Amino acid sequence: MKEQPKYDWTIKSENPWFKLDLVNTWEYKDLFFLLIKRDFIAFYKQTILGPLWFFIQPILTMIVFSFVFGKIGNISTNNLPKPLFYLPGIICWNYFAECILKNSTVFRDNANLFSKVYFPRIILPMSIVFSSMVRFFIQLFLFIVILVIYSFKGFQIHLSFAVLLIPYLLILMAALGQGLGLIISSLTTKYRDLALLVNFGVQLLMFSTTVTYPLSAAPNNFKFLIELNPMTIILETFRYAFLGQGTFSITAILYTTITTIIIFLLGIILFNKVEKNFIDTI
Amino acid sequence: MTNTAIKVENVSKSYIKGAISTGTLSRDIEQKIISIFSPKKQLALNQDANLVWSLKDINFELKQGEALGIIGKNGAGKSTLLKILSRVTTPTKGAIKGNGRIASLLEVGTGFHPELSGRENIYLNGAILGMKRHEIKKNFDEIVDFSGVESYLDTPVKRYSSGMYVRLAFAVAAHLESEILIVDEVLAVGDADFQKKCLGKMGSISKGQGRTVLFVSHNMQSIQSLCSKALLLNKGTMHGFGNVQEMINNYMQNQENNISLIDRTDRKGDGKVKVINIHFIDKKTEKITNNLYAGMGLVFDIELASNQFKISSNLEISLGISDQYGNRITLISNKVSGQTLHPLTNGNWSQKIMINHLPLAMGKYTITVFVASGGQIHDWVIDALPFSIESDSYFGELVHTLPTGQGSFYLDFTYL
Repeated sequence: MKEQPKYDWTIKSENPWFKLDLVNTWEYKDLFFLLIKRDFIAFYKQTILGPLWFFIQPILTMIVFSFVFGKIGNISTNNLPKPLFYLPGIICWNYFAECILKNSTVFRDNANLFSKVYFPRIILPMSIVFSSMVRFFIQLFLFIVILVIYSFKGFQIHLSFAVLLIPYLLILMAALGQGLGLIISSLTTKYRDLALLVNFGVQLLMFSTTVTYPLSAAPNNFKFLIELNPMTIILETFRYAFLGQGTFSITAILYTTITTIIIFLLGIILFNKVEKNFIDTI
Repeated sequence: MTNTAIKVENVSKSYIKGAISTGTLSRDIEQKIISIFSPKKQLALNQDANLVWSLKDINFELKQGEALGIIGKNGAGKSTLLKILSRVTTPTKGAIKGNGRIASLLEVGTGFHPELSGRENIYLNGAILGMKRHEIKKNFDEIVDFSGVESYLDTPVKRYSSGMYVRLAFAVAAHLESEILIVDEVLAVGDADFQKKCLGKMGSISKGQGRTVLFVSHNMQSIQSLCSKALLLNKGTMHGFGNVQEMINNYMQNQENNISLIDRTDRKGDGKVKVINIHFIDKKTEKITNNLYAGMGLVFDIELASNQFKISSNLEISLGISDQYGNRITLISNKVSGQTLHPLTNGNWSQKIMINHLPLAMGKYTITVFVASGGQIHDWVIDALPFSIESDSYFGELVHTLPTGQGSFYLDFTYL
């Protein structure tokens, strides 16, 4: 058997549960960057206002939230100016929701590509998470600008050390969104009706996180449920970092990290499993 | 010493007959519950009878620099084999081993984004096909040159004509630097000039650059001119591997043992007018014949069946004649001659077409039938009927025939 010639590669029917071919994926890094570039160019080429949309959407949402939840609903904002309270929630939720939604349709949106040419499939969902990050950074910049404007108007900024955790929070959000999105996308190749649930579900899920209210305003017997949601902890830490308000706890972050890792790995495993023969089922 | 480029061992691929699931979660749960209460149904699901083998035990080996032509009828498993080779899907059994990078070209322009410019799409498409950025950069000028769209490089490709689009897409693919190239029938696109250019490029890839090419086509002529080996597939199994000419002859013979026209199921159209049969009638004897010769007076007798056909506009009945290599030689059509037909709305009828002096040289041909009216296709059977011209008396008896390789039809010429 030793005498057999060596081959560069082998295609077999085996379907390992977990195999992330990192070397092979790295070979395709140029494709990864080009896909991000494509998403970005394609987005602003198709719109009249172009990149301005990145600003309009969170500002309009913030105004509506301030009015509906702040004025009509009279929900506390922990004595923070309403724009400063709502904006971080909107920005983070936008990013998270986009990761879920775009990842959840990755098979359907790219069926043609997947059926015609090989490349490490994971590159596509990964590029989605990163191209959405562009939008997140632009909106984060918008938030900082508004924060600075408020500080000139006399608002005391409480920047805390937790600001250093922002990149980490971003990674958590990306991994969580990707994991959930991939789980959904893997299930929806078989069950189309789940896809209908996703849009609706993500919308409802927003109310189980502290986007529109502070954790302190939640009734005590529901508080633990809200805290079970990893996004709540990410959001609270985010607010704490910039505004000094909200809750911060290392154990909560640890919990979020572990949950995120589990969901992310589950997503990747399912994706890898479905990806192999997905073309046969569409 | 030549190395093995690709080795296919016992590759098989099966599909489960019918839907894999019902498509909705609720229906699936319903099915599960039903199957619990009636185990017989569950049993049926697990039986091998529900497995369809679209490929079975494919074995072959290619050396570096060889060009393999894969031939076979529709449904023979050609596309499945290409999909497995290009790693779009996995084999159910068996393995494929190889050396060198594989690039596959199952479609031109995969991943082109309409909003991006030609330049941006060259990079994107190249990367999707497996090229590195620096490789694309190196070949960029050549790609642009080959495609001939220089002046539109910065225009979004959605504004390209379909010809330009295809040319650009093929240009990118033609400059792939992989050691193994897998090509599906992409050459069937574009105008004749460009097709020729593509074929030339493919030839230089396999012969000039010593790269391995796997090529699927229905056009036997391009297989013959490009490939050094051929693989003949039939209903998912290997019918032969080796000499190109031998395989093509095998394939042609297979074609002739076709099922009769009325039983063909691979037809398109709404069936309101269907072609049941075609007879050849010798004009001189007025009898049905299969002994066809160049120069004869021939009548095509087409039997048709109408089923609630409403005559709204002129019915078109066309016969396309192709040579044994799949090249269309000519088209017989009342749309060309401008004649109006008088079809029956219900029941069987026949349409005769007369050719005074059959100009086809000796050889094998096939007829494709096409029936349509007012933009609606009623019946369309590709390669519906094979026939061969066995002898030749175009210029009367005892005159020399066209030498082989000098074309497939006669002009009615006279030397003055």
